[in-house]
Amino acid sequence: MNDLRVVAMLARRSLRQTFRRPQLLAPILVFPTLFLVANVGGGGSATRLPGFPHVHGFLDFQLPAAMMQAAMLVGVSSGIALALDVELGFIDRLIAAPIRRSSVVTGRLAATGVLGAFVGVWFLAVGLIGGAHVQGGVLGALALLVLLALAAMSFGGIGAAIALKSGRASVVQGIFPLVLVILFLSSAFFPRQLMQEPARTVAEWNPLSLIADGLREPVISGLSASKLATGLGGVAIVAVLGALLSAWGLRSRLRDA
Amino acid sequence: MPAIETRSLERTFSGGITAVAGVDLEVKAGDIYAFLGPNGAGKTTTVRMLTTLLQPTGGSASVGGHDVVKQAKEVRRSIGVALQEAALDPLMTGAELMRLQSTLHAIPRAEVGPRSDALLDRVGLTRAAHRRVGTYSGGMRRRLDLAMALVHEPRVLFLDEPTTGLDPVSRQAIWEEVRNLNDEGTTVFLTTQYLEEADQLADRVGIIDDGRMAAEGTPAELKAEIGRSRLEIRVSGEDNASAAEVLARFGEPQPTTNGTLSVAIEGGATLVAPIVRALDEAGLAVEALDLHEPTLDDVFVEKTGRHLEGAEEVEVAAP
Repeated sequence: MNDLRVVAMLARRSLRQTFRRPQLLAPILVFPTLFLVANVGGGGSATRLPGFPHVHGFLDFQLPAAMMQAAMLVGVSSGIALALDVELGFIDRLIAAPIRRSSVVTGRLAATGVLGAFVGVWFLAVGLIGGAHVQGGVLGALALLVLLALAAMSFGGIGAAIALKSGRASVVQGIFPLVLVILFLSSAFFPRQLMQEPARTVAEWNPLSLIADGLREPVISGLSASKLATGLGGVAIVAVLGALLSAWGLRSRLRDA
Repeated sequence: MPAIETRSLERTFSGGITAVAGVDLEVKAGDIYAFLGPNGAGKTTTVRMLTTLLQPTGGSASVGGHDVVKQAKEVRRSIGVALQEAALDPLMTGAELMRLQSTLHAIPRAEVGPRSDALLDRVGLTRAAHRRVGTYSGGMRRRLDLAMALVHEPRVLFLDEPTTGLDPVSRQAIWEEVRNLNDEGTTVFLTTQYLEEADQLADRVGIIDDGRMAAEGTPAELKAEIGRSRLEIRVSGEDNASAAEVLARFGEPQPTTNGTLSVAIEGGATLVAPIVRALDEAGLAVEALDLHEPTLDDVFVEKTGRHLEGAEEVEVAAP
């Protein structure tokens, strides 16, 4: 029972940390929003390309991409915050307490999930203000938020692993460009069928494409169980990787700290 | 049953660096035990092993009767820990941190508020409770850290350099609180590089140097082992070598600090006049002179050949 209480308390503390530290909050909202504006403003005619999915507007297509980018940055930001705890020695306070040591990570990831949903709400608001249509309606939007929260948690697992292994916020920050590259090599920003080789093959194997497809469907077509399952499958792949890596990171931190 | 016991405790880090090389110590329940040593001696590594933050690579240790490796969770339930540098989240308030710490120690919800308030009051932080820790002074942070370590009323309290970097007033406040806690029955294990802290607070002192125990006992026992007074002399001019030769006739030369010569003498004050006369006859003018009764620093010098504080500035006087 206390395990849950501890995880909830640590999650609350992580959320406070994010909202009280502008350098953690700003990048996850400002950068993807500006990117969305620039992308939609400059690439609107892409929807006329043969083979481009039928969408109400380019914003509808790009909105899930911005959400996904933000969710990945939430994961990076979560990793940075955990690394700051390591640098500050705060993590020692947590692991010197009689709690399940994995709670240090699960509490952080719970907050990451909440932040994932938060950025989802932000982009839904931005999208609706900008004229986007969510074809899946309220249920579709809710499904999208849940998927986004889970995606943020799975990315957070990888951020946590790097934070625990390196113990340095600058190292976690250093993965930011890589995040963008991996995201560009998926179907998040551009339809897979219109990509050139070898990017197309990479995108087909990239689990982020599965998540992007799962997020996009409720916006451009409506709620679809199969696409939602696809998205959850992508999340599961990243989550398993994140869980394994963060368990390894935590073990090595406890061993070598 | 001792509150803390280690047997041949060792920790070697990857790369082959041995920080703790076989430490044996025993702390009785209800004692204040000061673990004294210079930076890098192995104090913090020992504390990290005793508080289950780091696994030993050799030997064994128990705290409150629980093995630090096999019964780590039981150890963590019975100890309070205030680590070096008071690792506190600067974005949280004192009250928020107290609530967090209470939750970590499974304090029932109904008790969290009253207990936090009482502890904050005890360390004089009631008025600052709702301010972010980033605005606290060093002394306030240490006091908050101490309050957090006490939230579950631990039987054994570990304080890692609790007063390093604090001004004298803040240091006194921490000492006072440590004494009060000890009077209430808490066993305190503190690491320090300050001789005065060990001398003032501790029932027993362990001196660690280069990962090994150099000496162990009550402050009085350790000083009695030395048994001799130490005379510090500064002579005018640069002729320290001649002065050292004169001093060597009266006692055992000790390491020189910042040009001040030092000699351990058996006769105490009775030898001062003959030494000054001998220096005068050798044509050396005494600029300053100080007679010290044995201190823990003398014990440290005796055991390690170096002074504890400012060790890097010390050179051994040539007789």
